[in-house]
Amino acid sequence: MRTIIVGCGRVGAGLAEALAGAGHDVTVVDISTQAFNRLNADFPGQAIRGDGTDEDVLRRIGAEQADCFFALTEGDNRNALAAQIARDTLRIPHVVAKINDPVRAAAYRVMGLAVICRTTLMIDVLAQFVGLPGDQHAGDLLAEPSHEAEAR
Amino acid sequence: MFIIVVGGGKVGYYLTRELLTSGHEVVLLEKDPRRAAQIADEIGSVVLTRDGCEGKHLAAAGANRAAIVAAVTGDDEDNLVVCQMAKHHFAVPRTIARVNSPKNEALFRKLGVDEVINPTRMALGAIEQDIPVHDLLHLAQLSTGDLELVEAQIEDDSPAAGRAARDLVLPEGCLLFAVIRGNVAQAVRPDTTLQAGDKLVALSRTTCQDDVRRLLIGERPHDAPA
Repeated sequence: MRTIIVGCGRVGAGLAEALAGAGHDVTVVDISTQAFNRLNADFPGQAIRGDGTDEDVLRRIGAEQADCFFALTEGDNRNALAAQIARDTLRIPHVVAKINDPVRAAAYRVMGLAVICRTTLMIDVLAQFVGLPGDQHAGDLLAEPSHEAEAR
Repeated sequence: MFIIVVGGGKVGYYLTRELLTSGHEVVLLEKDPRRAAQIADEIGSVVLTRDGCEGKHLAAAGANRAAIVAAVTGDDEDNLVVCQMAKHHFAVPRTIARVNSPKNEALFRKLGVDEVINPTRMALGAIEQDIPVHDLLHLAQLSTGDLELVEAQIEDDSPAAGRAARDLVLPEGCLLFAVIRGNVAQAVRPDTTLQAGDKLVALSRTTCQDDVRRLLIGERPHDAPA
């Protein structure tokens, strides 16, 4: 499986290591080469410095042939833009964006983008830890059809 | 009309001022407190020191009743998110985004932004108008995104020079419709014979512009073998 990861932070680097370790073809993109220090020295994938919200950069690294695309930078908006370029322009079949603002996360799920929201995930886990029921949809990447109707 | 402007840079500042002068109701969202205070000093209490990308701040600004949301920050990604939130979350009838990368223009349209303003392309268009570049001049992109209005200037050595319009076989979906000769515009008829100096106005798909250019104007100087 060919995977592009935009943003080499803790999550991006960790996911890149995990996928590459399992034998997948992984390319990580970040605007700062320093970010690549988070990767192990023997990281078998590719690490490329570039702007992951720039269509030309993504094409150059072969994103059109990718099966999976993860937008995991620190900026919600950059992730939303990168993910929509990946989905709508480059037609990558599986695209996920990290969007930490719960309102924006919900809105993009309704628009059909697969979204992971750290904020709601953590609230869910912590609430459950103290015995609250938590949010059973916190980990959903896509909105359920019924969910969607509600959000509208 | 009630208009929300997001981004208090030069564009947002002058836009807000002009809109207020023409009697519109305007709220400007600028997240940097210093910049927001500076603008408020100059044009009054229409400034909210908030990040317009956050849903709750758009709501507080009154997005529910806004006729237009104009996102004019310097960052394409922020402008896209503001417009998408306005459109899909608050059902704002008209959204306007400033976009800096020409590549993002078509994408933003496809993603539902009603009006895309691209200063880079405008400057490029103005420059192209002054320089004979052996290239198509991009006049306007139509709202569907993949159709563009272009102008081709016919040179002495252009393949189209001396030929009748009916003999030019353009790619499917492309259409010649006017020729400007000595500042007089006329419709292109099958028997219109093209000559050097003519400016042809055509509708072209973005995907076949290379073919259209080669057919009408010829190879670019740097395309030709040395």
